[in-house]
Amino acid sequence: MRSIWRTLDAVLLRDVAAVALGAAVTGASFGAIAVGSGLPWWLPVLMSLLIFAGGSQFMAVGIVAAGGSPAAAVLAGLVLNARHLPFGLAVGDVLGKNLLARVVGSHLLIDESTAFAMSQKDPARARAAYWACGVALFFCWNIAVLVGALAGQAVGDTAAFGLDAAFPAAMLALTLPALKDAATRNAALVGAVTALATTPFLPAGVPVLLALVGLFAFRTTKKEEPCPSPQS
Amino acid sequence: MPVAAVLILAVGTFAIRFAGPLLRDRVTLPKKVNDLMTASATVLLFALVAVTALTSGKHFGGWALATGVVVGGVAAWRKVPFVAVIVLAAATTAGLRLAGVA
Repeated sequence: MRSIWRTLDAVLLRDVAAVALGAAVTGASFGAIAVGSGLPWWLPVLMSLLIFAGGSQFMAVGIVAAGGSPAAAVLAGLVLNARHLPFGLAVGDVLGKNLLARVVGSHLLIDESTAFAMSQKDPARARAAYWACGVALFFCWNIAVLVGALAGQAVGDTAAFGLDAAFPAAMLALTLPALKDAATRNAALVGAVTALATTPFLPAGVPVLLALVGLFAFRTTKKEEPCPSPQS
Repeated sequence: MPVAAVLILAVGTFAIRFAGPLLRDRVTLPKKVNDLMTASATVLLFALVAVTALTSGKHFGGWALATGVVVGGVAAWRKVPFVAVIVLAAATTAGLRLAGVA
């Protein structure tokens, strides 16, 4: 029995390490791309420490780099991070009742730590998986962003190096798995067309927010579930 | 990107994260709301991809930029590692610009 636990833990740690490595690569790209878009090296570092949500960081930097207002960048980032509310409702119990643990644990609530916690049936193991993933990713992400930002500073003419293409390509790679879902894909396509069509007429940043009208095209295929799903 | 904007986004994001564990005994979100929140994240990101890949200011961003992003997208779709996706996209755009494509 004891050896089974050990084996499972080794598998879990290996998975966490793989995810953390992926996050490091994304983080380094974020740091380099953010500096390439004209930010001082410490700003992406500050964002990563305090916001710690990659998608919204890319989003905010992208909108401002495209000439959008900081207000639009903040609003888009917050809408993007709204998905963390259901995450917290789903796995919030792994944080415990202690206030400090809840505060620190809440900051570590990201897509990956949520997924790891939900993959474990036993509450004690769910807790271990959540914290291991959250802490590992926090350190890997932030160190990588710093390294990427410093490396990005060394690169001079970002347009000649095609860094403006690296940014949308990175986000596309991050979005691709979610686009496999047909309902999400339809909504995203309608949203993207709306954003592109309004870009010539509206202030930068606003068309991206306007893409949310694509949600009207969001229709889940299963209208009514015949029986309640197991987790509810 | 002013520091104030970073701080507001950080505080707002933390509030969203902290609300879940705090309210989980009292609130259950309808599945529809849950799905919509997840979908809105993808919708926003994909729109930003489209806008940054195809426009510069209020105009078309040029073939070099668009082609680079498409090459990166195809690479990601073919399960090429993340770093290679970024390098391919940037190298394609840089190469086309070097060749005189705007």
